[in-house]
Amino acid sequence: MNNTRQIYLDNNATTPCDPRVVDEMIPYFYEKHGNAASRNHPFGWIAEEAVDYAREQIANLINVDSKEIIFTSGATEADNLALKGVFEMYQRKGNHIITLKTEHKAVLDACKKIEKMGGEVTYLDVDSEGLIDLKALEAAITDKTILVSVMWANNETGVIQPMKKIGEICEKHGVLFMSDATQVVGKIPVDPKATGVHLMAFTGHKMYGPKGVGALYVCRKNPRVKVTAQMDGGGHERGMRSGTLNVPGIVGFGKAAEIASKEMHQDAERLSKLRDKLENALIAAMEEVYINGSKEHRMPHVSNLSFKHVEGEGLMMTFNQNIALSSGSACTSASLEPSYVLVALGLGDDLAHSSLRFSLGRFTTEEDIDYTIKAITQGVNHMRDLSPIWEMYKEGVDIDSIEWSEH
Amino acid sequence: MAYSEKLLDHFKNPRNVGTMDKSQKNVGTGLVGAPECGDVMRLQIEVDEETGKIKDAKFKTFGCGSAIASSSLATEWLKGISVDDALAIDNMKIVEELALPPVKIHCSVLAEDAIKSAIADYQQKNGIEVKETEKSGH
Ligand SMILES: Cc1ncc(COP(=O)(O)O)c(C=O)c1O
Ligand code: FES
Repeated sequence: MNNTRQIYLDNNATTPCDPRVVDEMIPYFYEKHGNAASRNHPFGWIAEEAVDYAREQIANLINVDSKEIIFTSGATEADNLALKGVFEMYQRKGNHIITLKTEHKAVLDACKKIEKMGGEVTYLDVDSEGLIDLKALEAAITDKTILVSVMWANNETGVIQPMKKIGEICEKHGVLFMSDATQVVGKIPVDPKATGVHLMAFTGHKMYGPKGVGALYVCRKNPRVKVTAQMDGGGHERGMRSGTLNVPGIVGFGKAAEIASKEMHQDAERLSKLRDKLENALIAAMEEVYINGSKEHRMPHVSNLSFKHVEGEGLMMTFNQNIALSSGSACTSASLEPSYVLVALGLGDDLAHSSLRFSLGRFTTEEDIDYTIKAITQGVNHMRDLSPIWEMYKEGVDIDSIEWSEH
Repeated sequence: MAYSEKLLDHFKNPRNVGTMDKSQKNVGTGLVGAPECGDVMRLQIEVDEETGKIKDAKFKTFGCGSAIASSSLATEWLKGISVDDALAIDNMKIVEELALPPVKIHCSVLAEDAIKSAIADYQQKNGIEVKETEKSGH
């Protein structure tokens, strides 16, 4: 690795911990190391108090009651608990769940498991902007439908769904509404109650908190929602999630939530300017650069771009000594499949292979963006000089008319 | 995943990038892969008709770093050798030379296919019987 500065533009994969968060956590590894479930000595009381405080900080951020927060190991676990937990709890009412093709794997794979358990799942298409079709959603609801699960914003494109309208449709049909809000909590204001969301999964490590701690919001009033526990044991978290609480992690998660409540507006405003600068400069500097997903309904810090006739993984190699970002999805870039999210937007496999995701964060600076603009432009030009299909395109050859050898 | 120095060198300073006139009789062109698969390799050879040796080789590749390095290396090896020796180039030699990780072996297979396909094109153009080579599917 070079000694040059590392620029981190992969904040949708994970954010660095805010130093204020780490400072808050440290005592809970040392002198305050108690188990929050130990009822008969001060170590336990101190830990329990810290957990209660963090629960308040997190509940305040999303404007819910602290009793409605169930701590988990992260968003994956919260997604699983919500989906499988609702399916088991409400099986007598029905077995049908509706979700989107562009959901995170934590939701999609939990749904696959539910299908094996006798459930029925409808995976709705999205339009070319990545947005849900509300009419298709309403048409998919049957008297067997118990749950609609729609992610608040997509991790690859940053596209934000019309949550309030989905909430109204669910309300009208008496169906529960759950959301994977991992990418939005702590970044933009999120208010599940005002939006008609009954269950909501999120995680610490996407909002400048630690990894390995997350939460599920479960609505307790109008309606009172219950989920069947997926982890059996000591009956922690109102019996919904057993296991000794990760006290330092929870303390850090709480601190991260408190900081976000105060700073997310200014972060979002600053980052959207930097994001736009990056996007506009790249589009101005090169031909055939496309924005993937809705420009209008999009997280302020995310840009997903396709550079036509350049392969994303190769492109990344031109700068990955200095700039960290994702091509396709961080979760699947070990395999050679193009991103299923981009394919669901109707991108051809070739454009999906040509994509990069830039996700800015609290610690991104203007110098980072200036450097990135230069490095990406150089990289794309290098790759296009090497690309036979770019040459064909420039010569006016119709690339679709070529019979490619399959392999 | 850490890449070898050699691979990075071929990626950053690719050798023999370019395009030959494919209508020339002594030029053979191989175009393999597909944009949908994320890789397209075009490799060309120019054969000296007197000696039967490959005078020059050029490539352009759309693909990952390993595919670019594999094709760059292949053009270096091709220059100055006979067509028969070129047919004997095995993708595993590329894997070894560039220390390709297992998930990147198919990129070297693509380079081998591109060599074979360029030679077949040359032979067809010149009425030379195309030797059956086992197709390394991937
Ligand atoms: C939308 C979404 N859901 C779930 C997850 C998983 O979160 P965690 O790592 O906390 O399990 C991620 C992060 O990878 C995500 O982006
Ligand atoms: S060409 Fe497909 S991964 Fe290398």
